[in-house]
Amino acid sequence: MIEFLQQLINGLSQGSIYALIALGYTMVFGVLRFINFAHGDIYMLGAFAGFYTAPKLLSLTGGGPSYAGAALVLVAAMALCAAAGVIIERICYRPLRAQPRLTVLIAAIGVSLFLENGGQFIFGADPQAFPEIIADSAIELPASWGDFASLTITIGQVIVIGSTVILLAALRTIVLHTRTGMAMRALSLNPLAASLMGVNNDAVISFTFAIGSAMAGAAGILTSIQQPSIDPLMGINAGLKAFVAAVLGGIGNIPGAALGGVIIGVLEALVVGYVNPTYRDPLVFAVLILVLLFKPSGLLGKAEREKV
Amino acid sequence: MRHPKSLLFIALALCAGASFFTGGINPYYYDILITIGINIILAVSLNLVTGYTGQFSLGHAGFMAVGAYSSAWITLTFGFVLGTSLPAAGSVYLLALFGGGLAAAAAGLLVGVPSLRLRGDYLAIVTLGFSEIIKGVIQNAEPLGAQRGLGGMVQHTNFFWTYAIVALSIYGILTLVHSTYGSGFLAVRDDEIAAESMGINTTKYKVLAFVIGAFMAGVAGGLYAHFKQFIHPEGFNFLKSVDIVVMVILGGMGSTAGVCLAAVILTILPEFLRTVSDYTWLPGPVRDLAENRMILYSLLLIILMLTRPQGLFGKLHFIRSKKS
Repeated sequence: MIEFLQQLINGLSQGSIYALIALGYTMVFGVLRFINFAHGDIYMLGAFAGFYTAPKLLSLTGGGPSYAGAALVLVAAMALCAAAGVIIERICYRPLRAQPRLTVLIAAIGVSLFLENGGQFIFGADPQAFPEIIADSAIELPASWGDFASLTITIGQVIVIGSTVILLAALRTIVLHTRTGMAMRALSLNPLAASLMGVNNDAVISFTFAIGSAMAGAAGILTSIQQPSIDPLMGINAGLKAFVAAVLGGIGNIPGAALGGVIIGVLEALVVGYVNPTYRDPLVFAVLILVLLFKPSGLLGKAEREKV
Repeated sequence: MRHPKSLLFIALALCAGASFFTGGINPYYYDILITIGINIILAVSLNLVTGYTGQFSLGHAGFMAVGAYSSAWITLTFGFVLGTSLPAAGSVYLLALFGGGLAAAAAGLLVGVPSLRLRGDYLAIVTLGFSEIIKGVIQNAEPLGAQRGLGGMVQHTNFFWTYAIVALSIYGILTLVHSTYGSGFLAVRDDEIAAESMGINTTKYKVLAFVIGAFMAGVAGGLYAHFKQFIHPEGFNFLKSVDIVVMVILGGMGSTAGVCLAAVILTILPEFLRTVSDYTWLPGPVRDLAENRMILYSLLLIILMLTRPQGLFGKLHFIRSKKS
């Protein structure tokens, strides 16, 4: 029971990371109906943005690991990733918007490969140690909890889960309670009608890329707090799993992406804990194939009729 | 093509003739020559799936892996059942190539079935997922060497067999898609809904494309396994699939000649770039870039999509844009 709870906690913190990345996939799919293959690599860029800015930003706040410094690093990485996402959309995806979807998909694969290999070229192919921005240690649980006191909960896990909840709440506010959010929802329902109602589609799409990429950048920093080893190919696996999470939750559906991320994280932790760690990656793909075969619209998504 | 069959026989005769002169070739060039042949088979077979039928697949290396491992397993297990003489071992090898192709075709059937319900982006991810699962299974299969790779195959693959199979593949694909039956593939690509309403069984064509494509990739895998004499699960990873996809896209989807040419160019290009990095008079960054061919490939993909999405040699507009 204790071991199960422990795996659940580990799964939740990993699942939060997947959820943050999955949001980008699902938001872009919502407005453009295409899968941004390069999204996982934005997450990698976020980790490296933190890697390069952390020493400077930490020295601003006193030098050592601190919450204020970590918050600054997080914001810097989110801003840089948002910029990267907007630039990629502007250069590679916008000119192809009227083209068949396959063309855009191939371009996205090209962008993804470019970021991975360009990253290896510029950052170096070997894993690097992420600077310590928060003193991560296990939280001492009160002995009065009995058996539960033997659980290991780290400060990093609490921060990851807490930040994810805050970011999700902020995203919900933006999407549901702002004019831009309303424009995003209108665009995802019908782009032509939205533009007739005075929505600036290009601006809204740029904004969507900015928000989605910022979330991925935040995920890059949060993951590095827990596993301080980053490399230019770290986005491939995380990106694929987050994509599966987005499909599992129903692609285009924002709460679905968060739910899917958490489910994938927990499933993974359970497989690692109880079955065999080598089945971690095949399991995720098996989930994807099963979802697509039996409920392609995902857990929370609505089935779409094909229009002739 | 007025006399496709006689062209095929001429090609086969040329292969046989040329194979007498390959003995003296520098082993490095021989290696490139065989690799070109294997890549042509891979690219032509993916072209049937992606170029002619319009089903985007990112898992072709997975089918190649199935073919490579099953044929290697066959020759390692039954290699000398018929005796140790060259003709006996050679016929086991040919059977193994066929067996590898069949195993890959079975895998293709498995992938083809979900493809009935999926299109475009989803299909790309599912095929990618399938090839990752195949890799994962091999990595955990002790009889296949698991993480260590599988070695000890006899080098049966030579110039003649490679290029004979290249000729057969090109002949097979061309006659198939130019036949009345084969125009179904093009119909599925051009407009699935229209094809279906004309009474074409689109499901059958999609699965068939996957099965035939996978069969040929499996045979190519068998050739590869019996040429390199050592195979490793990481040799059939996502990047290998991307290599094949780039060949098809660069060549122009649905253009067999273009795809063959692209396979030749993209096999020689990395070797050429390797020599570029030895030219010390070039500025350092240029040499570094030349060494990292994947950066160039990715830029090539992006620029090609922005400027000439039908590929260098493609005439046709694959999948027409559909605005909903």
